Amino acid sequence: MRRFSLTSLLSESMRGHTGWGRQWRAPEPKPRYDVVIVGGGGHGLATAYYLATVHGITNVAVLEKGWIGGGNTGRNTTIIRSNYLYDESAAMYEHALKLWEGLSQELNYNIMFSQRGVLMLAHNIHDVQSFKRHVYANRLNGIDNEWLSKEECKAFCPPLDISGSLRYPVLGGALQRRAGTARHDAVAWGYARGADNRGVDIIQNCEVTGIRRDASGAAVGVETTRGFIGAGRIGVVAAGHTSTLMSMAGVSMPLESYPLQALVSEPVKPCFPCVVMSNAVHAYLSQSDKGELVIGAGTDQYTSYSQQGGLHITTHTLDAICELFPQFTRMRMLRSWGGIVDVTPDRSPIIGKTPVPNLFVNCGWGTGGFKATPGSGHVFAHTLATGTPHAINAPFTLDRFRTGRLIDEAAAAAVAH
Amino acid sequence: MAQPFRLSRGGRVDRTRPIVFAFNGKPVHGYAGDTVASALLANGIHLVGRSFKYHRPRGILSHGPDEPSALLSVDRGPGRIDPNNRASVVEARSGLRTTSQNHWPSLEFDVGAVNDLLSPVFVAGFYYKTFMWPRKFWDRVYEPFIRAAAGLGKAPTQADPDRYANRHAHCDVLVVGAGPAGLAAALAAARTGKRVILADEGAEPGGSLLHDTTSQIDGRPAADWLTETLAELDGRENVILLPRTTAFGYYNHNHVAMTERVTDHLTSAAGQAPRERLWQVRAGEVVLAGGAHERPLVFADNDRPGILLAESLRVFLNRYGVAPGRKLVFATSGASAYRAALDARAAGLDVTLVDLRLESDCGPELAQLRGAGVEVLTGHTVVGSKGRKRVTGLIVAPVGSDGRCGGRRILPCDCVGMSGGWTPAVHLFSQSRGKLRYDDAIDAFVPSISAQAERSAGAARGIYDLAACLTDGFAAGAAAAGSDERQAFKATETLTGFQPVRIMPTDANPTKVRAFVDYQNDVTAKDIKLAVREGFQSIEHVKRYTTTGMATDQGKTSNMNALGIVAGQLDKALPAVGTTTFRPPYTPVTFGALVGPARHALFDPIRTTPIHEWAEAHGALFENVALWRRAWYFPKAGEDLHAAVARECKAVRENVGIFDASTLGKIEIVGRDAAEFMNRLYINPWTKLAPGRCRYGLMLKEDGYILDDGVVARVSDECFHVTTTTGGAARVLGHMEDYLQTEWPELEVFLTSTTEQWAVIALQGPKARDVIAPLVDGIDLSPEAFPHMAMRTGMICGVPTRLFRVSFTGELGFEINVPSDHARAVWEAVFEAGQAHGITPYGTETMHVLRAEKGYIIVGQETDGTVTPDDVGMAGMIPKAKKDFVGKRSLARPDVVASGRKQLVGLMTDDPKLVLDEGAQIVADTNQPIPMRMLGHVTSSYWSANCGRSIALALVEGGRERMNGHLHVTTPDGFTRVTVCEPVFFDVQGERINA
Amino acid sequence: MLLIACPNCGKRPETEFRCGGQAHIARPADPMTVDDGGWSEHLFVRANPKGVHAERWCHIHGCGRWFNALRDTISDRFIETYPIGEQPKSGVKPGTILGTSSATQSEARA
Repeated sequence: MRRFSLTSLLSESMRGHTGWGRQWRAPEPKPRYDVVIVGGGGHGLATAYYLATVHGITNVAVLEKGWIGGGNTGRNTTIIRSNYLYDESAAMYEHALKLWEGLSQELNYNIMFSQRGVLMLAHNIHDVQSFKRHVYANRLNGIDNEWLSKEECKAFCPPLDISGSLRYPVLGGALQRRAGTARHDAVAWGYARGADNRGVDIIQNCEVTGIRRDASGAAVGVETTRGFIGAGRIGVVAAGHTSTLMSMAGVSMPLESYPLQALVSEPVKPCFPCVVMSNAVHAYLSQSDKGELVIGAGTDQYTSYSQQGGLHITTHTLDAICELFPQFTRMRMLRSWGGIVDVTPDRSPIIGKTPVPNLFVNCGWGTGGFKATPGSGHVFAHTLATGTPHAINAPFTLDRFRTGRLIDEAAAAAVAH
Repeated sequence: MAQPFRLSRGGRVDRTRPIVFAFNGKPVHGYAGDTVASALLANGIHLVGRSFKYHRPRGILSHGPDEPSALLSVDRGPGRIDPNNRASVVEARSGLRTTSQNHWPSLEFDVGAVNDLLSPVFVAGFYYKTFMWPRKFWDRVYEPFIRAAAGLGKAPTQADPDRYANRHAHCDVLVVGAGPAGLAAALAAARTGKRVILADEGAEPGGSLLHDTTSQIDGRPAADWLTETLAELDGRENVILLPRTTAFGYYNHNHVAMTERVTDHLTSAAGQAPRERLWQVRAGEVVLAGGAHERPLVFADNDRPGILLAESLRVFLNRYGVAPGRKLVFATSGASAYRAALDARAAGLDVTLVDLRLESDCGPELAQLRGAGVEVLTGHTVVGSKGRKRVTGLIVAPVGSDGRCGGRRILPCDCVGMSGGWTPAVHLFSQSRGKLRYDDAIDAFVPSISAQAERSAGAARGIYDLAACLTDGFAAGAAAAGSDERQAFKATETLTGFQPVRIMPTDANPTKVRAFVDYQNDVTAKDIKLAVREGFQSIEHVKRYTTTGMATDQGKTSNMNALGIVAGQLDKALPAVGTTTFRPPYTPVTFGALVGPARHALFDPIRTTPIHEWAEAHGALFENVALWRRAWYFPKAGEDLHAAVARECKAVRENVGIFDASTLGKIEIVGRDAAEFMNRLYINPWTKLAPGRCRYGLMLKEDGYILDDGVVARVSDECFHVTTTTGGAARVLGHMEDYLQTEWPELEVFLTSTTEQWAVIALQGPKARDVIAPLVDGIDLSPEAFPHMAMRTGMICGVPTRLFRVSFTGELGFEINVPSDHARAVWEAVFEAGQAHGITPYGTETMHVLRAEKGYIIVGQETDGTVTPDDVGMAGMIPKAKKDFVGKRSLARPDVVASGRKQLVGLMTDDPKLVLDEGAQIVADTNQPIPMRMLGHVTSSYWSANCGRSIALALVEGGRERMNGHLHVTTPDGFTRVTVCEPVFFDVQGERINA
Repeated sequence: MLLIACPNCGKRPETEFRCGGQAHIARPADPMTVDDGGWSEHLFVRANPKGVHAERWCHIHGCGRWFNALRDTISDRFIETYPIGEQPKSGVKPGTILGTSSATQSEARA
């Protein structure tokens, strides 16, 4: 692997950048791998990367039916934070955040992790109670999160209107300074390059059409559009398509797949310094390094695989943005798009074993999976390598829906992810 | 005024109406009908901006919405400044102030142009390879630098004084685009009598007919046909003709969204007219006739100001009467540019044409142009351009059959018109999720399989000949309207031959050539090749890695060239590389148009009670609770929240308080099976509740967690008056209807929301009875006749009432339900009667404190969607004999019956003056390391004036086992010690309530 | 925004409706006899098909009535709507993949 650095960049610029090779290969699938990962999004690629780097398992294939990072990895609003309420979630997302903090250097790929801070606005007394509950819980979990008065919010995010004239005035906010954003595509590419370099086969345009099981019921490989591929263990990391894939192995999942929309404005010079989230009015806003305002909308109410939602969802989100930031009404929506998010009944992920031996699943991240990418990959690699969950993903079992031990952040706090 | 490049005649501008606007502070003269672009060109101004990355001088490329380079900030007055306006679509008018973007200190001299020298370093994706060391520098140095460099214009900083409107419309046939095909379609559809909407993004409908000065349609000039057609459409009542209206989004089930620019082109906005209007059209059928976009040629330095698209050059000549130059060179690989060259020649300009095609591949256009005295160089490529802030020459060379270039020749010029063929505008078709097909003959993707009720017509599906467009459009319009009518049009033949080219052949070192594909994002052919070399082979990967097609024009001019280069590099057929997904919007849409009037109270309605004005008049401050505005507290002069609430709390317990509880949700449940229905919905038993009695009801979701609560009165055997929480009313009614209609349709029960019908005046305190006694008729108020948790009907102040004897304070209390229309009068009468008893109005804050003193929970505060009845100590309400109710089964799940669940308790701080933070976390041992084990959190916490100390409620792991034990609660600075107690702090025996 | 044919009111925009998720999930007659696994299935496991889905809708801002619908989750096209307690008339089975490539304009208009 050609190392990326200023020196290599400068030396290549002397010769028209002809020396850069492929960032990852395009191999033909082998007949069998120790581990086959179904789904070439950020989580799947990270899983492969950590299988190779942490566990030394390199006979690994990542199968992607389209192009890597083309699902929710490349469609989300890239918010990264770890100020979750429950210990289980906090541990997961903080694990991820710590990995984010050194990820560019570890991958030798600038994924532009930008710790510009995520400010969550409180608009009513219930928000204040809920956010303080988060702030205190985070403090005891060693996660930075602080309560800001509305004046402190304004100082941190000058475009904010704290005059009290809004429909839902800003009463204050919770700020996680270590939180921020990253360049989503680069995360997929960086993990792919890192995994490929250690021998992992990344196979694009390879759709899984079946999961083969032996007489004992154990999974032994996958049928694909490029033939059968044998596998010691299979990890399904396919977000919105998980239900479909798992049903190939006869496993029903507590999942529903919804369209989730996002949009960007035309690019402008820096005008918005941080990430602002407002759960009360459903608005999520940041400005990308390219200058676009990046705005997350909500899910549609019905399940769909169309990657397209209704205009009313987008307009409702912009209603909220313009209610909070009236100066942006003359900005223009440049592009909007939809993803398919897989949502569990408690809106927390499922990471671990399934009833089928050798078949593992990592799904249910809903609208909040991007921020977990490194942590999710790291613990899922552990699960696949050892056959047992890492302490961090142990609570995120499929079985919790039977026992009732749900991890319901949203119910607990009415906080969207 | 001098407009040196305005032709002496021609064009559709109104030469009797001169206008003047500012560009970078200097006056620019033009005529009504000009765009900013045409007026700038009329004045010889080509340099209008600096590119995104390299700060290269850029000019005007096109005449329409595909313009990538000429982006200006437009100032229409205070608060009306916005960036990134395409000069080619902004209608020029007096008073506009336009400025170029992305340069410092000036457009002509831009320090940022140093980036152009560093372009060998700043290739596609270079930032992924560096800026990683030292780690801390990313946030502090590199990223701020990149962010400052990125973005073209500046975001508005002031609130927008303009208004935006929304309109919903239905029609039988929506026609998008009023060029030849769209007009013919609208005509055909309109003649059937169906309701037709014809929308066009231009200021004037007509599309290519507006600049077609030579064609004849059915024996008359195209312009005359246009006039007649518009007159016919305009005269029909079943047709809505919408100019300046861009269809930007094609959503599910033929839902098409369009924006109409209503006032931006007007010098003085007429009255209250909105700036823009969002049209949401639900169409029976849609005809997509959005035309096609011309492709630039990809050659070295193809981005100099003065290099335009050939057809755009023709538009400026014919429609605006502007010659973008005097000495023109056209460069093309197809026939359509010959038409532009002929028109330029006819306008008396010096014209040369360079055609990549061999002499033998050209059609009749060759002889025609040569016949007009124009030098045509066939079999020639373009290898570069001369000039810097304006093109001064085009470097051309013959190409041999082996692809090698012959001797270079410089064609001096001041303007270039280039044409690399045409790309049908399939954006809306693709958004509708129709499938595209690659048409080899025209080297373009065209609509293939429809997913919705639409059809494309004319150039939008690759039909470029005028007569064919008209005939196709008419057929599409007729078919959309369900008619078999067809009409064959006759028109002057259009020059349409074409030979696709990806990158113009060159003799230069390919690693040095900077041939731009995406002008705005400064993506060169070299960048795209680099991306492919690095393994980015899906077109989506190439887009994302190089940013080609991601700029404000969304790749309208660049996508096919980029795709072609990728295909060439991979040695694959173009359709094998695929095309990118087209996403809404077709062109950028203001947030304002999408938001429309949905601001403030129209963003979310504000609900107020009949007592609201009274409370306002009595100095109440309000809080938002769900959509409601509720009186929070009633401060007297000099009082803060703390003082007012302390006073209100004391007043209730010592005398009497009056509280507006009208926001409580109310549902009337009637029918033969009403009690059975209640049994199934609530954990409580209802069968034996006697009419006239009340019961506190608790309702679960099927997952066993508390959904809502409230007092329920049995009005009669078959009628219950149910109350819900303020925020839960709609949710509870929805929950009930769901079960009633879908699970138990056999039950004869009817549910009616009565929240708005009943206003509720809560009168609480030892003197409550004394206050209402003189006002009530027909109800015996004595404790024996009217005990706690009873309901009586009668009259109060001459108004019918359902009078509840209930209490959310622990005091003797009544909740007077009266019809909302009478509520204000009754409230005032009660308040007046209460004067003798020291009546005090109180708000939600005092209500919260008083109920907390008694340990009454608030759903949503003590509970959070993960709390069971047992957790809050209410499991005892569930009758043992009750076989089933919604949520019961879930209460038996292993983790719900396990020990160690969080339970409701009271907390008392060691320091009685310290009021805990709501949301504060609870631990047993403050000396443990982080992460600490948290046992629960504080759900409610207040200063209790009645107790003379702070009080708190909390959910604590195994809380009921911890009575009198010590725990520690977080404070902003650390921890404080508390003692666990029963969750009741006042009148523990509960005697007062039965007074 | 979807256009939904309420069996009582006719075609209305989606914003008048609330989607209630998968249809034909009957609440067990005696939930207490269902084991934990079965109850968890009842509460949480949903079909989530890529293809035809039977789902519930309520015309909350109209007649207020619940009804069932068959919708293709790939194209978002409705095949039919039908009253609660009834089975679809079209005979199309939930889970069927209709196949987008065969979609014609006439199907799109259906």
